[in-house]
Amino acid sequence: MATGQVESWAGTIADIGPMYPFVGTEVIWVIVGVVFWLAWHVIQARKENREWEEDLRKFGGKQLPGEEYYDH
Amino acid sequence: MDNELASLTVIFTEFYYWVTVPMMFLIHVGFCMYEVGASRWRNHMHTLMKNTMLIPLVTVTFYFFGWWIYFAFPNGPWIIGDLLSAPWAEPWNELMGTHMGGPPAGTDITAEDTAYWARINGVFWAAFLLFSWTAASIVSGSVIERIRPTAFWILAVLIGSFCWIIDAAWGWHPDGWMVQVLGYHDAYASGVIHAIAGGFALGILIVLGPRINKFRADGTPRNINPQNPWMVTLGLFIIYVGFWGFYVACNVPIIDIQSGDGVFYSATNIYLGPTTLSAITFNFLMSLSGGLMMAYLVSNGDAFWTYSGGLAGIITASAGNDLYHPVQAMLIGAVGCWVAYKMHFWVERKFKIDDAVGAVAVHGYAGFLGVVIAGFMLWGYPASPNPDYAHINPLGNFLGAIIMFGVLGFLPGYVGARILHGFGILRVPKEIELAGLDLGEIHNRALDKQELAEARAETERELTGAK
Repeated sequence: MATGQVESWAGTIADIGPMYPFVGTEVIWVIVGVVFWLAWHVIQARKENREWEEDLRKFGGKQLPGEEYYDH
Repeated sequence: MDNELASLTVIFTEFYYWVTVPMMFLIHVGFCMYEVGASRWRNHMHTLMKNTMLIPLVTVTFYFFGWWIYFAFPNGPWIIGDLLSAPWAEPWNELMGTHMGGPPAGTDITAEDTAYWARINGVFWAAFLLFSWTAASIVSGSVIERIRPTAFWILAVLIGSFCWIIDAAWGWHPDGWMVQVLGYHDAYASGVIHAIAGGFALGILIVLGPRINKFRADGTPRNINPQNPWMVTLGLFIIYVGFWGFYVACNVPIIDIQSGDGVFYSATNIYLGPTTLSAITFNFLMSLSGGLMMAYLVSNGDAFWTYSGGLAGIITASAGNDLYHPVQAMLIGAVGCWVAYKMHFWVERKFKIDDAVGAVAVHGYAGFLGVVIAGFMLWGYPASPNPDYAHINPLGNFLGAIIMFGVLGFLPGYVGARILHGFGILRVPKEIELAGLDLGEIHNRALDKQELAEARAETERELTGAK
């Protein structure tokens, strides 16, 4: 079993091309990567909405301990 | 890589760009310190995270499509020609990964491509990427304390991985259409990074509006001073350090520039026009000095504006700092700083624009002016080694400044902000802005403090009981 194209460093180094594992599957990795990036934005936006809804529900925008610093 | 001299040249170039990356990383460190220091206590953590998280988001998107745009868009596309083929910059290409430069595994690239790009692609990509971070980070400071991180990060990707790299393909590429047709010259990115980022920030600010209470009922602005002046000034100092890396990364370190017979190795600017590291060292420091001196005078020694003025000085001279005389660089830096300072306060008063850190002025107006000045100062110089391309001229650089600041900066910033505003996700709710973006975190800290006090009291009771 070998995931990459390099099985020995003893050959001609100049003949070595791509060195990462699973050469030939790059498009799949990129698709997964793009999905991860887009999903991050969606999940983050939802979390941010929840965070601020929660803050508004709990505190109603009232100032909290430490308010003496607020208007610096 | 089969003889020592050729290998040394390639590996030196690889190492050269690699070194610029950690140097430019300091720009981001400086921006984070500067922004947090400028924001109020109740917004510190959100301000920090807003700027920090643009790093991964711009990085991955610059990998997915930004890098390819640079090589594919020099013709517009469809302004002077078609989309160009650039397989080595496609995210699924083998040259966008670990590679020794041997024969390609795929059929879309040649052995020549692999030999050339295997050692340069990653470091060159990263050098450009750090410019992308800078473009987004410039915008970040101006919108602090009221923009929603969700919206900012989308806008950061728009400027960092799309708009600026289009302008780089057009006006910061040896064969960009602006270089070919307009004779556009902007060696150290007065317009390519600074004017576009300033314009983009201005577009957002118009839609976003000022911080609550920034303006009095009669419309005059209140001064919201930096909350931690030490952190702000140290941040700006660190940006100066990182700026060296930025300048270094704008060069090609060693290449044969002799056309026709003979060989002559030199450093070049991004257009492959000859310059020297010595020249840009003179000019970087002299333009910084001109900016600092003018800023100190015009702001009556205000630390925040004096440091920012140093940056404005470098930014104004940057477009021509590959060719200027050092005293010219100093004077141009001083003029740019004066204009940026005056414009900031005039725009603030006249149009009620709340640019929290003066980024539109220091980067946008100074960058715009720098490109225009270079058009006059370098009138008649070749914009490129290619004799068929236009020469540098005032009109070409003026149009270029408008394209950078207005077309690729202001317009996408304004439209992007409008769209996000339309979805109701541009600005934080008013109650949250008033109470502070770190509301939940501040509450948790208060709870922690209370719980620790209770635990301490309990321990003391136990100890007293034991006695």
